[in-house]
Amino acid sequence: MLADIFVLMLSAVLIENFIFSRFMGCCPFLGVSEKPDTALGMGCAVIFVMTLASAACNVVYNFILVPFGLEYLYTIAFILVIAALVQFIEMFLRKAVPSLYNALGIYLPLITTNCAVLGAVILNMQKYSDMARGDSFIFSVLFGFFAAVGFTLAIVIFAGVRARMEYGDPPKAFKGMPIALVAAGLIAMAFSGFSGTTIG
Amino acid sequence: MKNINIKQMFLDGILYKNPVLVQLLGLCSVLAVTTSISNGIGMGAAATVVLICSNLLISLLRKYIPKQVRIAAYIVIISGFVTAVELLIKAFLPALDASLGVFIPLIVVNCMILARAEAFASKNKPLPSIIDGLAMGVGYTVALVAISAVRELLGAGTLMGIHVLPDSYEPMLIAILPPGGFIILGCLIALTQKIISSRDEKLKSVAEKTTAEIEEKEAEVNVG
Repeated sequence: MLADIFVLMLSAVLIENFIFSRFMGCCPFLGVSEKPDTALGMGCAVIFVMTLASAACNVVYNFILVPFGLEYLYTIAFILVIAALVQFIEMFLRKAVPSLYNALGIYLPLITTNCAVLGAVILNMQKYSDMARGDSFIFSVLFGFFAAVGFTLAIVIFAGVRARMEYGDPPKAFKGMPIALVAAGLIAMAFSGFSGTTIG
Repeated sequence: MKNINIKQMFLDGILYKNPVLVQLLGLCSVLAVTTSISNGIGMGAAATVVLICSNLLISLLRKYIPKQVRIAAYIVIISGFVTAVELLIKAFLPALDASLGVFIPLIVVNCMILARAEAFASKNKPLPSIIDGLAMGVGYTVALVAISAVRELLGAGTLMGIHVLPDSYEPMLIAILPPGGFIILGCLIALTQKIISSRDEKLKSVAEKTTAEIEEKEAEVNVG
């Protein structure tokens, strides 16, 4: 069990990094990575929401969709759960933990349409729905958490690179997003060094 | 007048306001599925169908959806159509389903579709909304095909699965792998920016150009 969890952690964070090998969550990755601080804020919000969303969607899938034979409606069910969850987290944080709300506030609504979150819960469903309910719950939550950690790692590294890029002088047509994408490609190359690794 | 508008809408969708190459929307699916042209076409067609249907329905319902919950309502409408498209692809094109995998349900969170719903369909009548959906969908598909053509040609030496480059060409595997996706997309966006800015300059500096031409001619005369 512990070995499985370790393997899960390594593969979710590094080997199958959500951004650099699965391409999930590229919009916030490119949109909110101008400064390392904001990137870290976004990353923390994603870790928070993705872990909770993995748990909530796993429960919804195993205890509502499967008993009623409604598995084919998973897309609608999951996106609604995520949207409601994000709204709920936002309201809860505003009342209970205002300091955290102020730090994450503006990033939370963006997460509803972050494909990394929906992607993570769908991958969870595909991978772990055959397991016993307890195991499936634990692995889903862990996968959601570590995948979000991988996302945060990627976005913070990229924000660091982008901050340095301010001083560069690319050709006119490459200014802005194109050169950022090329830089992302170079970081992805570094991450693809992990891709041959097989563990477990 | 109407014809001109339609032409302009398609030009905007395909080039000047291309959802991928100019507006940078929905990049996740763009990067993930463009390893071969057939994948690009399949993904583009699926997203276009969803976009047209959701634009139509949202436009029809635009007076009944309360402003405060509109995003949630749009997402539910979009996810309904995505589920339908997903089941249809599973039933009739299982090979496409296998290669696109999780990215078909992820059309729900494709920012392009939500952006068109918010920016166009919620403010316009059904017919223009359908045309807008078609134009943007075609632009999305064109971008996907352009990116996947470059990636497939460099990465496998093929186009649509047919060998076009000589056998002596060593495939650049990196083009199909994730890093190549980022880099090639960056280059294509740069190319689009170049095309658009050169057109803008042409339009803006017609007057400047004529004076420059006159000066050039004068210089030639002087040299002569």
